[in-house]
Amino acid sequence: MRSHPAEYELVSPGNIAAVLELLDREPGVWLPVAGGTEVMVQFSAGRLAARRLVNLWGLKELREISETDSTLTISGGCTFTQIREHCAVQKYFPLLAEAASWTGSIANQNRATIAGNIVNASPAADSPPALLAYEAELELISAEGTRRVACTDFHLGYKETALVPGELLLAIHLQKRFAGWFRYGQKTGTRNAQAISKVCIAGVGKLSEGRVEALHIGIGAVAATPLRLRKTEECLLGAALTKSAIARARSVLSTEIAPIDDIRSNAEYRRHVAGNLLEDLLDTFAASKDAA
Amino acid sequence: MGQERIVGTPVLRKEGVAKVRGAARYIDDISLPDMIYGATVRSSIPRGRILKIEFGEGIPWGEFVIASAKDIPGANVIAMINKDWPCLVEEQVNHPEEAILLLAHPDRHLLPKAVAAVCIEYAALPSVHSIEESERGDVVVWGEDNVFKKFLIEKGDVDAAWSQADFIVEGEYSTGAQEHLYIENNGVIAAYTPDEGLTIWGSMQCPFYVHKSLVLLTGLPEDKVRIIQVETGGAFGGKEDYPSMIGAHAALLAMKSGRPVKIMYDRMEDMVATTKRHPSRTRIRSAVTKDGKLLAAEIDFALDGGAYSTLSSTVLSRGTIHAGGPYCWPNIRVRSKAFATNCPPHGAFRGFGAPQSLFAIERHMDRVAHDIGMPPDELRRRNFLRQGLTTSTGQVIREPVDLGGLLSRALTLSDYHMKRERFDRGNAGAKKKKGIGISAFLHGSGFTGSGERYLNSVAAMDATADGKLRVLVSSTEFGQGTNTILCQIAAEALGIDYDAIEIAPPDTSLVPNTGPTVASRTSMIVGKLVHSAALGLKQTLQAAALLGDNWTTREFCEAAKAHVAKYGVLRSTSRYEPPPDVFWDDEKYRGEAYPAFAWAVYVAEVTVDMITYGVTVDDFVAVQEVGRVLNPVLATGQIEGGVAQGIGYALYEKVQWERGRMANGQMTNYIIPTSQDIPPIRVYFEETPFSHGAFGAKGIGELPMDGPAPAILNAVSHATGEDFNAIPLLPEDICLRLGLRPAVPAEEVAV
Amino acid sequence: MSLQFISLVVNGEARELEAYPMERLLDVLRDHLGLTGTKEGCGEGECGACSVLINGELVNSCLVPIAQANGTEIVTIEGIAASGQLHPAQRAFLECGGAQCGMCTPGMIVATVHLLKKYPQPDAEQIREGLNGNLCRCTGYMRIFEAVEKAAALEQAR
Repeated sequence: MRSHPAEYELVSPGNIAAVLELLDREPGVWLPVAGGTEVMVQFSAGRLAARRLVNLWGLKELREISETDSTLTISGGCTFTQIREHCAVQKYFPLLAEAASWTGSIANQNRATIAGNIVNASPAADSPPALLAYEAELELISAEGTRRVACTDFHLGYKETALVPGELLLAIHLQKRFAGWFRYGQKTGTRNAQAISKVCIAGVGKLSEGRVEALHIGIGAVAATPLRLRKTEECLLGAALTKSAIARARSVLSTEIAPIDDIRSNAEYRRHVAGNLLEDLLDTFAASKDAA
Repeated sequence: MGQERIVGTPVLRKEGVAKVRGAARYIDDISLPDMIYGATVRSSIPRGRILKIEFGEGIPWGEFVIASAKDIPGANVIAMINKDWPCLVEEQVNHPEEAILLLAHPDRHLLPKAVAAVCIEYAALPSVHSIEESERGDVVVWGEDNVFKKFLIEKGDVDAAWSQADFIVEGEYSTGAQEHLYIENNGVIAAYTPDEGLTIWGSMQCPFYVHKSLVLLTGLPEDKVRIIQVETGGAFGGKEDYPSMIGAHAALLAMKSGRPVKIMYDRMEDMVATTKRHPSRTRIRSAVTKDGKLLAAEIDFALDGGAYSTLSSTVLSRGTIHAGGPYCWPNIRVRSKAFATNCPPHGAFRGFGAPQSLFAIERHMDRVAHDIGMPPDELRRRNFLRQGLTTSTGQVIREPVDLGGLLSRALTLSDYHMKRERFDRGNAGAKKKKGIGISAFLHGSGFTGSGERYLNSVAAMDATADGKLRVLVSSTEFGQGTNTILCQIAAEALGIDYDAIEIAPPDTSLVPNTGPTVASRTSMIVGKLVHSAALGLKQTLQAAALLGDNWTTREFCEAAKAHVAKYGVLRSTSRYEPPPDVFWDDEKYRGEAYPAFAWAVYVAEVTVDMITYGVTVDDFVAVQEVGRVLNPVLATGQIEGGVAQGIGYALYEKVQWERGRMANGQMTNYIIPTSQDIPPIRVYFEETPFSHGAFGAKGIGELPMDGPAPAILNAVSHATGEDFNAIPLLPEDICLRLGLRPAVPAEEVAV
Repeated sequence: MSLQFISLVVNGEARELEAYPMERLLDVLRDHLGLTGTKEGCGEGECGACSVLINGELVNSCLVPIAQANGTEIVTIEGIAASGQLHPAQRAFLECGGAQCGMCTPGMIVATVHLLKKYPQPDAEQIREGLNGNLCRCTGYMRIFEAVEKAAALEQAR
């Protein structure tokens, strides 16, 4: 343990309004901490630059999952366990439930929050690809009020988000419009559990008369941010999923991603596997017309 | 055999209740009054001279105890086989994370900050970071030529054999470093008073090794240094030599401060600063007939030993002796060298050189089989050692060995032939290819050659005043079951209940030196000594007419109590006696290398995912002949655990080196298998009792480390049709080889 | 920075103490409360040796700042056994050889108890997943899987 606890402050205002008020009053001073599965690792390693933290854990407003006929809203403080076990998530957004079940370990899922996962902005985070595929909308809140940002517009660069100082990720809004859609999710890590992704992909789609009517693919760990593969999708829209169409998509993919070498893997591998996963996704998509 | 009441039964682990209750006390669970904490300032360069040391701002340095090499009363060395391993750097740094200064303070949390605040300036020197670089000799970092040790084993006439060969097969095989990753990091507490001397408690395998090193370091008399092993959370060889280093550090701080000092490593420090398994490179050239008879092999076996020699000569020795595998080579030459490089010295790790050289020969055998067009099982079968044949050191196999039988059993249990055929048919174009691979191997139990004679181990049993019977050995428990099996042996020999036997804590002031807990010697050799000591105890009581021809446990304990009351003591000691007719030539490296070998055949079934290039082991069969299974639950657990480590060694565990420093020193980046990564591991034993081992037992602790990696790589090579000859074999490596081709051959998808 | 007043229930007992809010729950348990059964293996939430239950949920206590455990109910390995008797999970680990060096064992048993509460009759997949955050270097997991199955059977029989 390489930090001295006496040098840190962790305040628990107890409700979200008080937290926001604090963040507004002293911008850039207080680091929000929810489940702690990221912050506490840095703390233990002596790498936590922030000395003053504000506690989001236990704020009831941040732990709810609510639904209407057409929407599902997941509050930012929901843990991965909550998300994977929630019936509506499993039913309407199975890729998200899956991504939650692939994150860390059971103990980590009990503490890691979806807002933490998104805001921490690791390019390898497991939930953003699914959220991108489902075209989630993020609701941000500050002392000033709330605003919404499409998930695709949230990650601006490596570990850089659209959050302005004083803002928290309040909730994730999802539209229940993917019933009957084809879906595909895959995580490639260093092992079967407790693995940081080397490539993670999530896709949903719809065929109409053998042609691609809709296709949303989210991918992680192959660029500075999680990506929505718009160009790749674009080249397939309206097309039949022939061998050459898939090959073409694979080369477009190669131009959309920018994998790197790091401690976990290398660019060559990520590029290859991303391409393989895309092909597998599209093969499965193509075959799904028979299953439908 | 087989008549025993206790030996051979699954009695409960002696210290098991404490462990499942969370009541077992490991070193970090222990505190002494007035205790302070120690930490280590380490080098940040691989090689160079220290120019300046500055103590930065913001730290109350006046409150700290600071120790350097100057504070060492005796010799600045951690004595192993040689004396080249400094306890603390004096002027020259020879690897990253080398210990330079020691700091102590009452506030544990202040120490990492203080360590970070020490600023050291170096004049860097050229450094060496691979076997190849060391071998080239452009930069000499140790001795005259970077070579810690070399060996030559010769049998027959290798040079003449090439002309007889129908096939000559060559290959190069390599293995990476492996981190022990015991769940408990290294830790010690040291206390010193001029009257009592120095006492060290710690997580360790060999209290008498620590004792020897600390006597030399402190210059204290032998009876003023006391080493006590406490509950140890895993070791695997990683706590064979290193505890002498961390013990010395704590001792220096304790002696300087006058207070007990605890040094407890966190995970990162333990990973980057302590020993690893020696990386290896093996080149094999072999001559074989078209009928699959092995004629000759020329083997070049090289190890990377790190910056100091420590245990490299003995690791090299074992690897060299095992390099021929479980086969009869009419002619063989093995040349081996251990090289110095500038990383923390490599050390003991379960298998101790054998996993490295056996990986090579077992991969090689599959390639030979492929080249001559013979099934890999058949090639092995035609060349196995058996009774009457000789090993590469000329050791005659005296016991009945049936490797062919082990092979047949393993093949049946794994459904090898059916699966091999089925996989061959199904793999073309599959998104998931399947493979199945074999490894056959042996592992010598006990110290090599004259090692056991040199150790001259002593075990004892005694009784306390209230009639408790104790086993007194320096053998340590660190999960493998030492406490349990030694008490089983004693109970069996005395004819009383297992629960009536205790085992004394391995405290050098209390127990005799039974040798280190290494080399798979505890069951076989120490067990035999305990057996003799127990018999001696019984005979003493019978001779004193306190015991008749039969007795209950209670009667026995009463007799023991009576003896102590009358004579003041009841104690029986037993000293190692080497088996007769055992001859070993240390110069020529010929003769009986080991008193006994355990033998095994393992089969691994794998899936290679052609999309992610990930390898999953789906099934694993482990068949071994071990002399005698003293405790089936413990023995099975040892094999399963060793196989899991072997799977990690083959597929997951990669040390990322950056100029001699481990860059991935966190559990999130050094990958071992989780519960979701392990296949069913199916373990089967056969027993051919070894007359000089306790109740016929041979060693099993290290055996399971030798087989998994080659079996798995043979399976992956089978699945993919590609030669993979280096471990760890990561998906990235497979991708590099296969990735040029599409994952799935194109088929028109009619949509 | 100042100490915070913390009150929580640990193994059924109400405890009150003062600690810095960022002290790890692991360290509070071990150093303040003397409950050394919970171990530190990595300090990064990977090995699970520090596993405890907070309000019945399995967590890595090395990643929980004590302020977040204020007002909660904690169960550690010391609280698993019911007054002197071994819990079926503990008995099963003992009988099946689920503990070798014992360092992962406290966390592994807490995780087992958590798993069995959720799935009283877990299948092989559920067992593997339930323990996926608890690394063992000694056993190769097989004896542990057997211990979990035996524990489930013992619980059923109760």
